[in-house]
Amino acid sequence: MTDFLLTPLQYAFMTRGLAAAVMVGSVCAVVGCYVVLRGMAFFGDALAHAILPGIAVGYLIGGGAHQPLFWWALLAAVASSLGIGAISRLTKIKEDTAIGIVFAGAFALGVALISSVRSYSVDLAHFLFGDVLGVRQADLLLIGILGGIILLVILAFYKEFMVLSFDPVLAATLRLPVRFLEALMLILIAVTIVVSLQTVGVALMVAMLVTPAATAFLLTRRLPVMMALGALIASISGVVGLYLSYYLSIASGAAIVLTCTAIFGLVWIAQTLHQKVISPVQA
Amino acid sequence: MTVFEEFQKTSHHFSKQRPAHDSSVPILSVENLSLKYPSGYAIENISFEVKKGERLAVVGPNGAGKSTLFKIIAGVLNQTSGDVNIYGQSPGGHICIAYVAQRNQVDWNFPVTIGDVVMMGRIGQLGLFRNPGTQDKKAVREALKVVGLENLADRQINQLSGGQQQRMFIARSLAQEAELMLMDEPTSGLDAASQEEIFIILDRLREQGVTVLLALHDLKIAARRFDRVMLLNKRLLALGFPDEVLIPDNLVAAYSGHLHLVETEDGLLAVGDSCCDDEIPRL
Repeated sequence: MTDFLLTPLQYAFMTRGLAAAVMVGSVCAVVGCYVVLRGMAFFGDALAHAILPGIAVGYLIGGGAHQPLFWWALLAAVASSLGIGAISRLTKIKEDTAIGIVFAGAFALGVALISSVRSYSVDLAHFLFGDVLGVRQADLLLIGILGGIILLVILAFYKEFMVLSFDPVLAATLRLPVRFLEALMLILIAVTIVVSLQTVGVALMVAMLVTPAATAFLLTRRLPVMMALGALIASISGVVGLYLSYYLSIASGAAIVLTCTAIFGLVWIAQTLHQKVISPVQA
Repeated sequence: MTVFEEFQKTSHHFSKQRPAHDSSVPILSVENLSLKYPSGYAIENISFEVKKGERLAVVGPNGAGKSTLFKIIAGVLNQTSGDVNIYGQSPGGHICIAYVAQRNQVDWNFPVTIGDVVMMGRIGQLGLFRNPGTQDKKAVREALKVVGLENLADRQINQLSGGQQQRMFIARSLAQEAELMLMDEPTSGLDAASQEEIFIILDRLREQGVTVLLALHDLKIAARRFDRVMLLNKRLLALGFPDEVLIPDNLVAAYSGHLHLVETEDGLLAVGDSCCDDEIPRL
């Protein structure tokens, strides 16, 4: 059993991958609590897809260098969220439709750009589904610093974000800077997605944002506990997923997300059974 | 409005400067207030004044503009013309106005306790980057005591009855140190005992000089429990003592096709033919 756990750790790529998965999972889960509570899952999913053209442009210009990609991705994310805001404000189109238009268009542009350069097709798969085992030391540092900043900002604006999420009208009557806070939250979600890109990739990103947070939501009725539990569940999923990936030779991002989904399923079933046993009369 | 302008407008959340309260002028004065949408007026040319400590019922059919009027007074929605003055100044900077939304507008599964929700009222006073202190906790405890929920502070908000939910929001307004409370149909869907409890609390608030505007469907409550009654249907149709305002001519003007008045031995009987129970005024 010890061998089973220790053998993969001999490889540096494995320990780096585990560190990345735990950090990314924790940050995603904490930010994801707001995504779940404010019903922004579709926005998060779409935003993750919309950063692809940014990555593509950065890749084509930089000739494959990894570092500038982050900033291109962030630029694409911010431009896309502003784009939806503009469309839903200036036309009679509803916000979810605006999200669909902007993000599907941006994603298609990204795929088109990357497909124009044949040799990068392997990298497209990495962007779509993640490559946590390819994380380098410099990437770990970037994840650590930006993840830390995200958590600090959430801590600093914790009570304002809570009011804004629970009761926007109260936030307005308390004269909180509502639009500033909303913009800040979108930027936090965008940075989180960009930081997490290498772990699970564009296509599976929304699972890291919502699944651990939703599992925690089932288990607690307090926001700080929900954030801590979500981070714990995401971290466990990251570690278990990577071991599964190592031993069963399945894609790492998919293994992590499947573990998250399995934990959600178990918690849901256990809770349903528990409620039936504890109070069979009350449905 | 840009994020920067928004930031300037709400910058007192950072600096903590509030407009002074000049008690020689009415707490609320509304002049020629209109909100016009492309489809027509939501409210049109409304003028009235409210004295400190007064309790005013605002009655009228669904869509009469009761919520719109309250939201403009609270400074959450902008009028197209006219003025609202709180102690002689526009509502934008005041944090002494509390707006209590209809209960069905609240996400009751949000992971917060009753104590958490009441503490939200303190956030305007607290400002940025400060955590609640002893004084804030004391204010929350006292607010909960006034509404009789002190033993339920650690309960999840979805474990409350309708009357308790409403009392929780009154406690939050107290924690906010609100001097003007705008309550949107707080008695809808409550049984007689729960309604009675709310009016006992409102009597206590009146002794503390809190001014209350309450949107209502129930004309009987309006007649029995309020100093003055406002009859609203986009325009202000009547405003005065209940027995002056709630007369057949006014009611027919306000409810038009939705109301038929029948003389009976017991007095006047109002018969509604609206689709929704909520909309039938009971007299």
